Amino acid sequence: MSALALDHVTYTYPGAAGPALADVTLEVAPGELVVLAGSSGSGKSTLLRAANGLVPHFHGGVFAGRVTVAGMDTREHGPGELAAAVGTLFQDPETQVVMGTVRAELALPLENRGEGASAVARGVEEVALALGIAHLLDRPTDELSGGELQRVALGAALVGRPALILLDEPTSQLDPVAGDELIALLRRLGEDFDTAIVLAEHRLERCLPFADRAIAMRAGRVVCDASPADFLAWACAEARELATPGARLLWGLGATPAAGVKAARSALRSRGPLATVQAPPARDVRRPAREAIRFDRVWHELDRGPAVLRGVSLSVGAGERVALMGRNGAGKSTLLRHAAGLIRPTRGKIVRAGRVALLLQNPTDYLVHDRVEQEASAGALATVGLGDPALRERHPRDLSGGEKQRLALAIVLDDPEHEAVVVCLDEPTRGMDRRRKDELAALLCELDAAVIVATHDPEFAAAFAQRVILLADGAPIADGSPAEVLAGGTYFATETARILGGAGGALRPEDGIALLKATSEVGA
Amino acid sequence: MSYRRRASPLHAARAAVGCAYCLSLLVAALVLSAPVALGAVVLAVAGAGVGAGVGRDLRRATLFALPLGLAVMVINALVVRDGLTVIARLGDLPVFGQTDVTLEATVSGAVLGLRAIALVMCGALYTAAVDPDQVLRLFRRVSFHSALTATLATRMVPVLARDARRLAEAQRCRPGPPPSRARLVRAATAGVLDRALDVAAALEVRGYGSARRAPRGTGVKRPWSRHDLAFTASAVGVAVLAIGGRLAGLEPFTSDPALHAPVGAGGLALAAGLLVCALLPFADRRGIEA
Repeated sequence: MSALALDHVTYTYPGAAGPALADVTLEVAPGELVVLAGSSGSGKSTLLRAANGLVPHFHGGVFAGRVTVAGMDTREHGPGELAAAVGTLFQDPETQVVMGTVRAELALPLENRGEGASAVARGVEEVALALGIAHLLDRPTDELSGGELQRVALGAALVGRPALILLDEPTSQLDPVAGDELIALLRRLGEDFDTAIVLAEHRLERCLPFADRAIAMRAGRVVCDASPADFLAWACAEARELATPGARLLWGLGATPAAGVKAARSALRSRGPLATVQAPPARDVRRPAREAIRFDRVWHELDRGPAVLRGVSLSVGAGERVALMGRNGAGKSTLLRHAAGLIRPTRGKIVRAGRVALLLQNPTDYLVHDRVEQEASAGALATVGLGDPALRERHPRDLSGGEKQRLALAIVLDDPEHEAVVVCLDEPTRGMDRRRKDELAALLCELDAAVIVATHDPEFAAAFAQRVILLADGAPIADGSPAEVLAGGTYFATETARILGGAGGALRPEDGIALLKATSEVGA
Repeated sequence: MSYRRRASPLHAARAAVGCAYCLSLLVAALVLSAPVALGAVVLAVAGAGVGAGVGRDLRRATLFALPLGLAVMVINALVVRDGLTVIARLGDLPVFGQTDVTLEATVSGAVLGLRAIALVMCGALYTAAVDPDQVLRLFRRVSFHSALTATLATRMVPVLARDARRLAEAQRCRPGPPPSRARLVRAATAGVLDRALDVAAALEVRGYGSARRAPRGTGVKRPWSRHDLAFTASAVGVAVLAIGGRLAGLEPFTSDPALHAPVGAGGLALAAGLLVCALLPFADRRGIEA
């Protein structure tokens, strides 16, 4: 019996013009790890919601076809009954954790099933040990970090030993270290418990190496269902936005795309050029003469807690584009808040050459009016690519995620009398697909102001930044050109750099292709 | 404000006992009317907050409730026509009409305001010192869904407070004049609805919709601790003193037609008894780590 089967499923949300799922047929076997790929709005989340019964029971709408989960037809069994067979992990852990302590959170699904106290206690203990969160069991849930919360939410999804786990962009809020740990953990749990896992993700380079299969969706339809390597070959030919940087590198060199750094290196080694490439000497970053902002030994110490920033001293030049990277809790967001003057340093000072605009993580928090054109001036809207008159008439909350992001950027930039000299963005690419990230990177490159972006995404940093600052424990530990900082590491490195072992400072596939072609020409 | 596990006798007591203790103080605040007795209840709740290590939370709640109490007093003074002792003639006011403020209406308003403050403080003590997860387990046999809804409502308070802080921070980042309060309230309401929908979906996929009770006899029996016994006795004592004092007329208070609130030995003894009874369990800190 398959863990999940969809048979000609077509579904339309209430009031929607077209179907979110169109004639979808697929099957997932027990223990299989399947990655769902596709641009935003392609139907990935709806497919997951159809598999856990939220579609149609919670959302309503028009549903046709049949979804079977561990033998249960979702038309006859609602999400509550299906919960015994399906565990679900959504994108935002904050809205999934409903109890006061981790122990109570993990116990809730078992208690809902009417399990006795000893069975609940045993289940909680086992899943906590499996996920490495036993030390968190008695901690209040509202004190946990994003990564810890995500693990707890995963624990709550796994505690009932479901036959199927559904995950909707589970790594979007996590730093690269926590994201990689989570995916590896899922793989191991799938193997240990024979649980089928369906994972919707935008950062495919992170999860494809662990997957058994990849399914691509477009406009609600399955357009590719293949092994990760075949999927990447299809993506390189048919849907470039879904191809991983490693696949694009190999494809550009005329090799067959492979999933993961190890497989890509093997493919390159078989061609020969990898070993001959030498790393270039480190170059100094040319800094603009004029400073836009300077942090002078800035400390941020909590009232009854540790220091979040520890004597940060750095300056950003006018027009400079800087990526601020580091693990969750490293102090990136706090540094941006200091830059914008939202909080004051407990020690040290910040000198600004003018106004600092700050775009926080959730763009929806900026949207308070009924029409887009009321939120910002026509000029500011045009700057961020929202000049279309039809778009300006729409309600801000009806915009897509990327459009909301750009509208919020227009709002914080919209002050003709005091133009921003620095624009700060806090994790602007969360949940964005590659096309939107590329658009945002291009937009940031067009701004005249200095740009500081806190991000977990090395590919995005490589696309827009002239300088990368790596923060750890509240202080910068690396500060240099993207090639210097992003080419040498493991977690804070692009996939291209990891495949090439940092050779030549190549960060993006096109850099890698040029480097390897040049090397092979020299060798010939 | 939310529940945090702390080293205090009240936190060490089981949730059922914590609920009963807070409820007894609430009952005392509701049934007693004399200013001295009501003042003793407020002092008892404040003392319990300090004893439980949640004094800061209670202080914040009291500061929040003070304007409410003052508003109750002022409105009562303006709208209640009872009492013989006129202390201010305000003439013909819009909405209120001919307004004479009496001492009796003002004092009875102050008592109502004090009661409102006491009730808010009791709620704050419950929120900060009684484990909501244990409360859920406690009430699941009676009405699981209602208990979960109540627990969630308690938990949503800090979540929504965090959302409000985020919204306020985003508005500070807007250049130019800030949006009107009405716009912000509408935006905040839309955000709350979105979050409520997300939480509802999360509960659905955790099996909330088809929740079942555990079979009888599968629960874990927890022996009663000295703190459980002490706070149970305290809760019973406070409730008996409050209801008994009221029935025995130990705290006479009338505000119509004239103010009558004598402070006699009985009333003072009642106030002292309430304080001692409510705070005595905090004296026993054996088994509580600092």
